[in-house]
Amino acid sequence: MDEYLDSYAPVALLALVGVLIVGGGFLANRLLRPRQPNAAAGKRDTYECGLDPVPGGWAQMHIRYYLYAYLYVLFAVEAVFLFPWALVYLKAGLAVIVEMAIFIGVLALGLLYAWRKRALTWQ
Amino acid sequence: MPELKLPDIDYAALLPMLILFGAACVGVLIEGFVPRSVRNMVQLVLSLAAMVAALVFVIRRAGEVTAENAATIGGAIMIDNMGLFMEGALLVLGLVSLLLFGERTLERGGAFVPHAAVTVGSERDREQAVDSGATEVYPLALFSLGGMLMFVTANDLLTMFVALEVFSLPLYLMCALARRKRLLSQESALKYFLLGAYASAFFLFGVAMIYGFAKGVDFRAIHEAVRGSETSPTLLLIGLALVAIGLLFKIAAAPFHVWTPDVYQGAPTPVTAFMAACTKAAAFGALLRVLYVGFDGAKWHFTPVLGAVAVLTMLVGAVLAVTQTDLKRLLAYSSVANAGYLMVGLLGGNKDGLSSTLFYLVAYGFTVIAAFALVSLVRDADGEATHLSRWAGLGRRSPLFAGIFTFLLLAFAGIPLTSGFMAKFGVFGAAIAGDQTWLVIFGVLTSIVLAFPYLRVVVMMWLSEPGETTPSVSIPGVLTSAVLGIGTVATLLLGVLPGPLLELADQASSFIR
Repeated sequence: MDEYLDSYAPVALLALVGVLIVGGGFLANRLLRPRQPNAAAGKRDTYECGLDPVPGGWAQMHIRYYLYAYLYVLFAVEAVFLFPWALVYLKAGLAVIVEMAIFIGVLALGLLYAWRKRALTWQ
Repeated sequence: MPELKLPDIDYAALLPMLILFGAACVGVLIEGFVPRSVRNMVQLVLSLAAMVAALVFVIRRAGEVTAENAATIGGAIMIDNMGLFMEGALLVLGLVSLLLFGERTLERGGAFVPHAAVTVGSERDREQAVDSGATEVYPLALFSLGGMLMFVTANDLLTMFVALEVFSLPLYLMCALARRKRLLSQESALKYFLLGAYASAFFLFGVAMIYGFAKGVDFRAIHEAVRGSETSPTLLLIGLALVAIGLLFKIAAAPFHVWTPDVYQGAPTPVTAFMAACTKAAAFGALLRVLYVGFDGAKWHFTPVLGAVAVLTMLVGAVLAVTQTDLKRLLAYSSVANAGYLMVGLLGGNKDGLSSTLFYLVAYGFTVIAAFALVSLVRDADGEATHLSRWAGLGRRSPLFAGIFTFLLLAFAGIPLTSGFMAKFGVFGAAIAGDQTWLVIFGVLTSIVLAFPYLRVVVMMWLSEPGETTPSVSIPGVLTSAVLGIGTVATLLLGVLPGPLLELADQASSFIR
């Protein structure tokens, strides 16, 4: 058990070094910077490229985007499976090609269903 | 680059699952391209045909299982006798409950709406309330059932986890599709989803712990690590506890049962019947495999803990069933208590415990599907009238259905000549043989408590005067009648002539490691 945990020692060390660098940076900033507070009007406003800031940082995203995000994730995951497959399919023969065709076919089926149910048109 | 080695795939052994998944994909296509007017019929016929075909292949496989041909896809799936029995049982119970999905005569458009997530009371929600109904439930049910088949035959914990998600996700959605009482339905789906996701996370974390202990996730590696490992069992115990929590959630054992009454009440009644029979059977199939195949060496560790859980489950289910005023909630708590009795059989250990648990699952499944079929018949203008007071005097108005329901409740209570008696007798006998007498004592005591709510319903139906508000019993369509008939006859037959199924369960009660 101890040996097992020992193998994680470099990770812990790295985490510690990370904390030290960031913390040290903040500490050095604090020690070196001049202390001259100035409460001019507008100093704490959000910076927006010279324009007057529009009130409120909270904007509601439209719920319709979820469908596109959802379909995107689906096909991103498919691509992850395609990469290792692309390395071996020439050697492994027909069975592997058919299997991948089935896999993509099932995903395409989902897209087809979404299209037929008019989920892809912006209402 | 090393040579790529493909695992051997025995397609004949996997055919039942493949048929279900394939039919579900075809069902999705039907949703897109077949005209709405015939869709329900096409979907129903396709689903039933797929299940029957899958069942045929399960039966054809039954005599051919050997230690060599049981494991397939690189040992990810194990089609042994026990797995085949569970597959067959799930398919039969799924087939019966699917008939309830198809019922369209009780209500215009059936029990389901097309859009689960539409805000209740909005314009679109009112539109879909009078809509001709949704048929997406058929592919969803097929996906779910296919996942259950995979769940009970999974030979490693990761496959089991994937199967758990495959069968759970469609169920979450199906819970939200009730045509009446939309808000309750959506609430039940959300609760089931959140708690189910939580339980899945527990399961997955447990798998990680067990991998740390056994250096593998397949049951043979776990079995060998449990027996021979000299490392401290801390990781094993944590992992087993977490995996067990994930599974106990699915079988609705206390203290992981809190979702059951809300979900059973809010879900459309056909879906509730499907869940009560099939989900419970699938989860028990997986729990049996995990405990008997993977962790049998840790028996001394898990038996007392799971025994305590079983006792708590029986007590909570029985006592809270007494206080219920809604029939679906009452049946939900009864289902919790039955999970406790099933655990008594499971903890009885050895072959008897296994076969009696299998028998119980099938017997209980038939009875509970028929009971929910009857609940779906007692209706008024607002849909199903599930409040207990509304059932008062039902025996005067429709003696036939009140009689059938009385019989089913007596079966739940475990009265002789019903399957409930044989099932309880089996699990308690196995527990006594396995030196778990304390569980049997609690089992018998809670059975007595549990008889009270059942008999109260019987008394209300027959001895109370029918009031102004007693709803009428709808004339069931062919499908619901068939479900009622099958469920009731099975309950009677398994009580009078349990021999064939007992024998089958006995033959099935062996795992291959």
